Amino acid sequence: MHHSIEIDHLSFSYPDGHSALQDVSLHIEPGEKVALVGPNGAGKSTLILHLNGILLANLPQKKASGDSRVTVCGLPMEPKNLGRIRAAVGLVFQNPDDQLFSPTVFEDVAFSPLYQGLSPAEVEVRVKAALASVRMEAYAKRISHHLSMGEKKRIAIATVLSMQPEVLVLDEPTAGLDPRTRRALINLLRELPMTMLVSTHDLAMVREAFPRMVIMDEGRIVADGPTQELLANDALLETHGLEKV
Amino acid sequence: MHIHFLDPYRPLLSPIHSQDARAKFVLTVAFILTASLTPFAAWPVYILFFSVLLSVEIISGLGVGYVLKRASLALPFVLSALPVLFTVHGQTLFAIPVGSWVLTASVEGLERFISIALKSWLSVQAAIILSACTPFPELLQAMRAVGIPRLLVGMFGLMWRYLFVLVDEALRMMRARAARSGENTGAGRKVGGSVAWRARVTGGMAGSLFLRGFERSDRIYVAMLSRGYDGEVRSLPLPPFTGRSWLTLAAGLTFLGLLLLFGIFFWG
Repeated sequence: MHHSIEIDHLSFSYPDGHSALQDVSLHIEPGEKVALVGPNGAGKSTLILHLNGILLANLPQKKASGDSRVTVCGLPMEPKNLGRIRAAVGLVFQNPDDQLFSPTVFEDVAFSPLYQGLSPAEVEVRVKAALASVRMEAYAKRISHHLSMGEKKRIAIATVLSMQPEVLVLDEPTAGLDPRTRRALINLLRELPMTMLVSTHDLAMVREAFPRMVIMDEGRIVADGPTQELLANDALLETHGLEKV
Repeated sequence: MHIHFLDPYRPLLSPIHSQDARAKFVLTVAFILTASLTPFAAWPVYILFFSVLLSVEIISGLGVGYVLKRASLALPFVLSALPVLFTVHGQTLFAIPVGSWVLTASVEGLERFISIALKSWLSVQAAIILSACTPFPELLQAMRAVGIPRLLVGMFGLMWRYLFVLVDEALRMMRARAARSGENTGAGRKVGGSVAWRARVTGGMAGSLFLRGFERSDRIYVAMLSRGYDGEVRSLPLPPFTGRSWLTLAAGLTFLGLLLLFGIFFWG
């Protein structure tokens, strides 16, 4: 059995020379739910973009430094594997407006299955199931543009659930949500069975829904362990700009 | 993810960079005007124009290659001058039969076409040098100072400011699409969908981008109103135009005027 996510000694600099990740190693077992926390600019989003090759894909000439290695669902991160990796990792971006680019909710959720060449009947089934898991079945015909923020977030998650991914990666899913919508989203994340890596500032949600927590700061992983333990360490939280909940 | 390559300004230290933006702006416009007023086929004058540009390119530290590479952007526009080749009457160069018509190219037409191509190429280079040596905000101030309507300058400014935002937005959307473009492990499936379907997706993306741009413009306008915008763009007074800048301006304009007279006198 392989790990869902295996990252070893990953370093990354943006083209302007700004170093975003330094020697990051992270292993996540299938079915694990892990929270990724840390201040703005700590490298969380950069790390997430490596999980389905968006950043590596842009820089094929980037010299791999020695033993640097990224393996996702047993597939080494290489250009020839990108298609399968992207089908296996559902990446939900922070701003649902980026995610929803089709005129209607149905077309957006159907994008991945259609792209993968599934038959119309299969696409229909996948879209129905994905919308059902986020409890938005009634929204298929709606115009993505006219939805509320909470609705858009749910639809954004449905757009990757329709790929039936092995791993779900979310970037700040609860940012900007009202308490009721946030509650519904947390319940949804707890229900979904797949491996999950969620970047967030919402430590209350982390305490509730994510047994494991990884803290990043200045491009490094500075702590990785059981959530209860790390949240009890006041000095650690303070050093990395986090507030106790 | 941000876009920087759209900004043409190259921060360097050079005598050209340190010139007053107003002088540079006026001289660039004057250069373009002179180039377009110079008679056709005044080849020696064109060479003088080119040598002026070359010296500025070298003094500014931009390098000739940098400007020439960017100037190739003007090539497609030169094509619009192609009909001149056939519409000017004169000594026949060659003829192309098109159906029942015959297109006749003349030597005069060819001369005129090459002249237009060279002039636009020279003008584009001048504009590239201006934008590479002057920060855009200073350029806007210069435009305002020489009396270009404030509303127009305000529009240029907002366009420049939000172009980057819009491009960032488009890039993020394309990234989200790439993240969901996976392959199925099942054998025998054609990945990527049909061309028509992909075109429809791209059309949807363009539409979303338009709608968001439209809504953002509304939000920006409301934010401007809430800070007291009344249709008038105000700014701090500009620093005084120094004697050195006047000298540069006068010398440049005189030189361009002489070139123009030279061209009109011998080839006009």
